[in-house]
Amino acid sequence: MTLTLDIDKPSEKKPAIVQTIFLAAGLALLVLAPLFFYPVFLMKLLCFALFACAFNLLLGYTGLLSFGHAAFFGGAAYFTAHAVKEWGLPPELGILVGVMGAAFLGAIIGFLAIRRQGIYFAMITLALAQMFYFFCLQAEFTKGEDGIQSVPRGHLFGFIDLSQSTNMYYFVLGVFIIGVAIIWRIIHSPFGMILKSIRENETRAVSLGYSVRNYKLAAFVMSAALTGLAGGVKALVFQFATLTDVSWQMSGEVILMTLLGGIGTLIGPLFGAGLVVTLQNYLATSEFPVTIITGLVFMVCVLLFRRGIVGEFYNSRLGRKLGFEHRH
Amino acid sequence: MTAALKEQNGAPRVVLSARGLRRDFGGFTAVNNVNLDVHDARVHALIGPNGAGKTTVFNLLTKFLQPTGGTITLLGEDITRMAPDKVARMGLVRSFQISAVFPHMSVLDNVRVALQRPNGLATQFWKPMSALDGLTAKADHLIRSVGLDKERNAVAADLSYGRKRVLEIATTLALEPKVLLLDEPMAGMGHEDVGMVAEIIREVALKRAVLMVEHNLSVVSTLCHHVTVLQRGEILAEGDYAEVSADPRVRTAYMGTEEV
Repeated sequence: MTLTLDIDKPSEKKPAIVQTIFLAAGLALLVLAPLFFYPVFLMKLLCFALFACAFNLLLGYTGLLSFGHAAFFGGAAYFTAHAVKEWGLPPELGILVGVMGAAFLGAIIGFLAIRRQGIYFAMITLALAQMFYFFCLQAEFTKGEDGIQSVPRGHLFGFIDLSQSTNMYYFVLGVFIIGVAIIWRIIHSPFGMILKSIRENETRAVSLGYSVRNYKLAAFVMSAALTGLAGGVKALVFQFATLTDVSWQMSGEVILMTLLGGIGTLIGPLFGAGLVVTLQNYLATSEFPVTIITGLVFMVCVLLFRRGIVGEFYNSRLGRKLGFEHRH
Repeated sequence: MTAALKEQNGAPRVVLSARGLRRDFGGFTAVNNVNLDVHDARVHALIGPNGAGKTTVFNLLTKFLQPTGGTITLLGEDITRMAPDKVARMGLVRSFQISAVFPHMSVLDNVRVALQRPNGLATQFWKPMSALDGLTAKADHLIRSVGLDKERNAVAADLSYGRKRVLEIATTLALEPKVLLLDEPMAGMGHEDVGMVAEIIREVALKRAVLMVEHNLSVVSTLCHHVTVLQRGEILAEGDYAEVSADPRVRTAYMGTEEV
């Protein structure tokens, strides 16, 4: 697997206009979506899309495959749920608690994991995330198998009633846009350039004097914090936090979403998340197990579109014409 | 340190030195009792047959490998236990035998990445890419100085082998190193590139120390002030090129078939 796909970057001015149009159309679609779709479904989709984008900051742009991101997603869901329900914090502060908690967990797990590379890195993140899972299973505040139930959504800034699903949807959309904008900024920054160079040739980065571990740890914590943002919001959307979100299957699911959409593309994970969540939603009522279907979709994608859906589009003739330059 | 420098008054000072350097891999001693003094404003060649331990010595000096024994001093400071990135920040910068570039970045970006840290523009995750525009002029200057102007916007992976090596030298120079370690900088290069790189090295060495591994003996003879010959991990001979090439042990070990 080569983690060498390029960022979504316009090569010339004209394609930049095309991309602006795409962006505007996408935003319009998201703003109008609740007129056509069930808001809770859309909110779920946005939460997972943000989760996958945050995960991709690490996999696609730093070249680190974490198999423990459920700890940050589910952990933040617990923290936010607890802060809102037990401490009575308003939703914005509750989410902040989730983000900080996830960042803190990220600092610990990242600090231990970045000492190793490749599959060892993935295994250490998995092991530590499993430890956190069992902590959540046993701890008092997570309520064990039941999870934290009936979490109030509260009032945003004290006056916007989030129990109204339309209000909640636009709040989630706002958080999503801010989250993706932060990721975009990190990727297209001087710091992002160094991350990219580490992904491309770690030894050379060291010999240029970069303390690679510090950069990796910083990227890990940022990814964990943004994952926490998604997890915290999800707890408010569904009004509960349970063990599902900290389980290893969740870590696997986000990898699936990112690979399906396209590693190293900013919006690829969004599409991947959309596909997986939609499949899960529509197949939830069928007799047939969803996991088999998503597994098959994944296999087909790996065989047919190795770069992921968005990655293949960027690399197609049309994509190139539109200026979605894709180096590999 | 400064006192020692003044004592040498006039003579080039030692900037990098190794004493009793040793490295074992399991039961095999790859480098044994190597003493090395690299002087400022001098080109020092490290030569020897394949497997003599030249690259291992490089890895030890730049701390990519930990020595089993011995000490290394850089600019008067003991760096024997230091991390490789810290050593690089102190001014000891190396190139690699297998060309080390960032393959999916443009030539310009390759050089700018090298310039980012010394210019304090490496950690800002909140700033836009345009923050790096200030480095472009400097990067272009370096690119021009190694003759890569035409390939400025090309992706590094698309460059020929020789051009990649040249690019690597440009990124190495971007750090304004005090000591430059070049691992076979001319290997695999076309004839015209060899001459140009030799010229670059000569110019660079006016103000810095250069230690290079090189197989091209005509380059060594014209470019290098001092030659150390390594064989089976140990120093066989040292001196200037004339002395070394006259040494009968060297002739049998390494240059036996060469016209000297």
